[in-house]
Amino acid sequence: MAFPQPRPQAPQLPQHLLRTIECQQGAVRAVRFNADGNYVLTCGSDKSLKLWSASRGTLLKTYTGHGYEVLDVDSSYDNSQLCTCSSDKTVILWDVASGQVTRKLRGHAGKVNCVQFNEEATVMLSGSIDGTVRCWDTRSRRYEPIQILDEAQDGISSLKVSEHELLIGSVDGRVRRYDLRMGQLHVDFIGSPITCVCFSRDSQCTLSSSLDSTVRLLDKSSGEMLGEYSGHVNKGYKLDCCLSDKDTHVLSCSEDGHVYFWDLVEGSLTLKLPVGKAVVQSLSFHPTEPRLLTAMEGHVQVWGAEPEDAAVEDS
Amino acid sequence: MASDEDSDEDFVTYGTPLEPLEEDEPVRKPVPVHEQTVKDEKGRYKRFHGAFTGGFSAGYFNTVGSQEGWTPSTFVSSRQQKAEKPNVRPEDFMDEEDFSEHGIAPREIVTTDDFASGKKDQLKDKAKAVSSLAALIPGDTGLLEELIAPARSSIGVELLRKMGWKDGQGVGPRLKRKQRKQNDVYGCAFPPNGSEESEDDDEFAPENVSFAPKDVVPVDFTPKVDSHGLGYRGLNPLQALGGGSETGHINLFTLQSDRTTSLFGDRNSGQQRRGGIGGQAFGVGAMEEEDTDIYHKDSMSNYDNVLGGEEPGDGLYGWTAPQQYTRKKNDSKRDVAYLGRILDGFTLASQVTEIKTVYPPPDLPRDYRPVHYFRPVVDSSTVSPIVAQALQASRGHLSQDAPQQGRHSLDSSQRCDMLGETPLQGPSSVFELLGSKDRERLNEIRRAATEQNKSVENLSSAVDRAAVVASAKAAALQALSSRFQSIASSETQMALKAWSGPTADASKTFKPFAENPQKQARYDLYINKLKQGNKDALESSLDSSMTEWERGRERDEFVRAALLYKPSNSSLSSRFTRSKHEDDTDSVEVTRDQENDVDDKQAAVKMKMFGKLTRETFEWHPDKLLCKRFNVPDPYPGSSTVGMPKVKRDKYSVFNFLTITDSSQVSRVAPSAPKPPSSSSTLPHLTPEVSNKKSRWDIPGQEPKDPLSAFLSETRSEVLAAKNQTDSPHAIATPEVKVAQSDGKQTEQKTEEEKKEEDEEEVRPPMDLFKAIFASSSDEKSSSSSEDDSEEEKEVAPPASDPIQSSAETLNPPVSAQITPAPDISRLTDLKHLTVQSMPSAETTAQKSSHSAPAKSQGLDEEEFGPRLPPPGFIPSACSPQLKKQKKKDKEKHKAKKHKKEKKKKKNKKHKHKGKQKKRVEESNSSSDDTDSNSEDENRVVSTSELLQRSELIF
Repeated sequence: MAFPQPRPQAPQLPQHLLRTIECQQGAVRAVRFNADGNYVLTCGSDKSLKLWSASRGTLLKTYTGHGYEVLDVDSSYDNSQLCTCSSDKTVILWDVASGQVTRKLRGHAGKVNCVQFNEEATVMLSGSIDGTVRCWDTRSRRYEPIQILDEAQDGISSLKVSEHELLIGSVDGRVRRYDLRMGQLHVDFIGSPITCVCFSRDSQCTLSSSLDSTVRLLDKSSGEMLGEYSGHVNKGYKLDCCLSDKDTHVLSCSEDGHVYFWDLVEGSLTLKLPVGKAVVQSLSFHPTEPRLLTAMEGHVQVWGAEPEDAAVEDS
Repeated sequence: MASDEDSDEDFVTYGTPLEPLEEDEPVRKPVPVHEQTVKDEKGRYKRFHGAFTGGFSAGYFNTVGSQEGWTPSTFVSSRQQKAEKPNVRPEDFMDEEDFSEHGIAPREIVTTDDFASGKKDQLKDKAKAVSSLAALIPGDTGLLEELIAPARSSIGVELLRKMGWKDGQGVGPRLKRKQRKQNDVYGCAFPPNGSEESEDDDEFAPENVSFAPKDVVPVDFTPKVDSHGLGYRGLNPLQALGGGSETGHINLFTLQSDRTTSLFGDRNSGQQRRGGIGGQAFGVGAMEEEDTDIYHKDSMSNYDNVLGGEEPGDGLYGWTAPQQYTRKKNDSKRDVAYLGRILDGFTLASQVTEIKTVYPPPDLPRDYRPVHYFRPVVDSSTVSPIVAQALQASRGHLSQDAPQQGRHSLDSSQRCDMLGETPLQGPSSVFELLGSKDRERLNEIRRAATEQNKSVENLSSAVDRAAVVASAKAAALQALSSRFQSIASSETQMALKAWSGPTADASKTFKPFAENPQKQARYDLYINKLKQGNKDALESSLDSSMTEWERGRERDEFVRAALLYKPSNSSLSSRFTRSKHEDDTDSVEVTRDQENDVDDKQAAVKMKMFGKLTRETFEWHPDKLLCKRFNVPDPYPGSSTVGMPKVKRDKYSVFNFLTITDSSQVSRVAPSAPKPPSSSSTLPHLTPEVSNKKSRWDIPGQEPKDPLSAFLSETRSEVLAAKNQTDSPHAIATPEVKVAQSDGKQTEQKTEEEKKEEDEEEVRPPMDLFKAIFASSSDEKSSSSSEDDSEEEKEVAPPASDPIQSSAETLNPPVSAQITPAPDISRLTDLKHLTVQSMPSAETTAQKSSHSAPAKSQGLDEEEFGPRLPPPGFIPSACSPQLKKQKKKDKEKHKAKKHKKEKKKKKNKKHKHKGKQKKRVEESNSSSDDTDSNSEDENRVVSTSELLQRSELIF
């Protein structure tokens, strides 16, 4: 575990509301930073995907093409492509600049919960309620997936891709890690349906939140539990969790309208950020800076470590 | 399609690629034949002329004109430009296509005369020579032409000359004397006199003088085009017409050397010969000096009248084989020894081919019959001797007549006697290993069989014998099947009970084996017999030609199918149509590595002991392309599997994944319900493990579990204590049931209440059935709805147990475990996950309705749905109904909340199905109104605040 050096300074937490973006696209199903954190992508329940400027909060582009609500989005490393998944069982690869559909991939039998590019955006991985993860080739024109991972016994709720590993959380209460380099599948039993999984930034640990209102930090190699974080409410919704930019804190959405910050090592609740009254549906942490996106109902809030002057003026 | 940049380089593209298909592009219709057009290579339309003549148009509408009309070339002549006389060739008026390969005047590349080899000329010469004979002055024209022919030699000859070659020499490096001599050995083509000459030269040859190689006449490989025999020349016109001098015998078989000399030599001798037409019946010309006999005098001496060489021209007249070739000496010696004539180009073989010895076919015994009777393979160690006997008896009448002396007909003890070995200690037969009951049963059968055998001896007519053999066979089968059947017997009776009623309607029965018509026919027969109340319906409807094993399997299947598709189910079967795609494969792919039991892990999770207990690692093969895309070397190079390694497992039929009612359950349910529908199938040997699995919706902390690992005993004791507190008084523990169910792990003190609950969970049939049958459509829905029904019934049914029946069945469970193939556990769990999804809501609704009108609903359900396909109650938490009620209340809120989100997106779909399935119940049962729609029910429970929350989310 690569912990930060003996605390040069207290890690800054994004606790100041910089701005609120009214997305005008129904409920925001997911909010994501793009690869470099300068843009914000929101998935709306009105079948649209919107691209916003993170710094100004202006709408840059709307992508339409899905037949039902958009559930997840990921941007490629070079920001040239986007992939989205939707309840209409399709996965769409978008050209960012033109807003055109590059490829529309059908094959899942149910709504597609999560989608992710690999590191070089050569493969899209999509996990669906039908219990399969499909690996789509973005390089070829094939409309069939390269491989279908159907080991999960229930719907896939969340998946993440690292350099050579796929981390897949399923409603069957297991976190599966497919190691392509070793050709192995590691199954960690959590018991409760998994809502979100993610790698730590040093990719030594995995974080998984489950419907028993617990977030667990597991050692990737052995599967041992390193930390358990609870206090929030996560009983019915597919809520996101994540790690902060420097792996110092664990964040999780909650159904009580807060975002919970726990210290990663101590496991103590550091901050309970009040976002609103409704359920915080989705959150995304900036890849490098202490900046946070939260999605609640139809709007997205941007949080920063320090109150921005411009933001203050605006509000 | 190789659209990768890197892989593009590797391929050679040929032809024009098809236009890439655009997404959502409508498929282009192919152009019909009458609208297709033909174009030439320049893109001009080709017009067909006449449907059957097949001609193409030429020029401009078959004219020499053009679109502008026909313009003649105008005459122009001036001082500078004199009128040219146009030298018009036919090619000027031809299209370019005409010069192409398939045109009317194809142009081809031809060797010019300068480069042409002389070979062609030789052939020409021969042709000339032949034709010259037919000319008026025979031979003259050709000769004259040759004389006048320009001195012109081909380029090849010119080049050779430049290189120092002289006419008459051979081509090649100059040779020393010795080498030439060697050359002679090879030169078997040379006439022997030539080599003799060179031998003569040998003496004068100086040491350091080299010679040019001898010229070799190339072998003329003229193909044989006539249909004569080898070596036959036909009538040579030279001899037949012109050959006056060598009259007499016209030798059709001449030597090659003769032929060549005659071909050229005749030309020379032509000078001697008189010109003009000669021969018999032509008379003698005025210029002829000689007064030859012009009249035909045919004498018998011109003909062969003796076979074999009487007059030795070469001593071989009369033999059609050609003369021998002059060869090496030893060869020629042998050739000489050969009496016939050797064909041109053939020599005698140096080694005499061995004469193949032909063996006569074996003498068949007089009573041999070309028919083979396959006798069933009976392993006396596995099958009881009676069966073996019966099977041997069934081999056919023939073998029965014959005295049985073969070594195979002796048993081990007889052989032992013959060999003088000491008999083995221990149980000498399988019988001693059998239980006393079984032995008795077998003995009975044996007695019956022996009686029949005796009667066989008495009988003389073949028909009677056959009949007895058949009956003996049946007896043997029964003996065998009794092993299988013992467990099934209770079911067969149940099936009989179910089907013998008047309700059964054959036309409406579900056809579970429709893909195998014969099997289905057998099944139908079985069902029909069941309806008639035939007790041995099963045995009589099975195909006796099948192997015992197959029959045993089929027997099980039929019984299960009959139980599952009882007549009242026909309303169900009418709702479903058979799938269009049949899967004929006999095996199912199953992942090799299966996940371990969940209970262990669940316990470990509860103990927060993540790590080894919760982690499992499998071998997994990523696709090659995926590795490539991830820039990762293939971890299993050379392996072609993708994903988890799969194992093929036999899938006999759907019913192999089913298991039959546990006997104790049968007995328990039987008194209360004459047709125990819900309990018709369970997983007897799965019960301890599987039944305790809880819904994934339950949070581990809340659910009582059966811990399996030793180190988790603490938790278990807690749980047990909790259970004991909630123990309800109406349950009486009966020892028999306990024995029947006892498992190694569960022998501890358990209250009957617990057991009952377990059973309630067990009664659920394996989902594989439903999946297999309704694979295409929503298994979720059907299962959940039936769960409601069955659960209702469960609660109503008195939890009575029948000790007598269960004790009678105690023997059977181990047997059943042998026969029924173990269902795939992982499949079950996975299905459970699927079904459980919709569970909680179903549970709540079901309980509600059952509370309001329990008795009614039971009767109605039975009438409407008959035996529910998915049997009862899968109750996630194993606590008594009373407790459940309490729990329900506090859970309900939370559950509804859970569902709200999970189901929200599916809701529309759900409504439809649910509504449909419950419609019937709704009609008659007013109390179930609140159950008919899931959402309504939920809405009532959901608090207003949650409603608000939801509406906000939905927008």
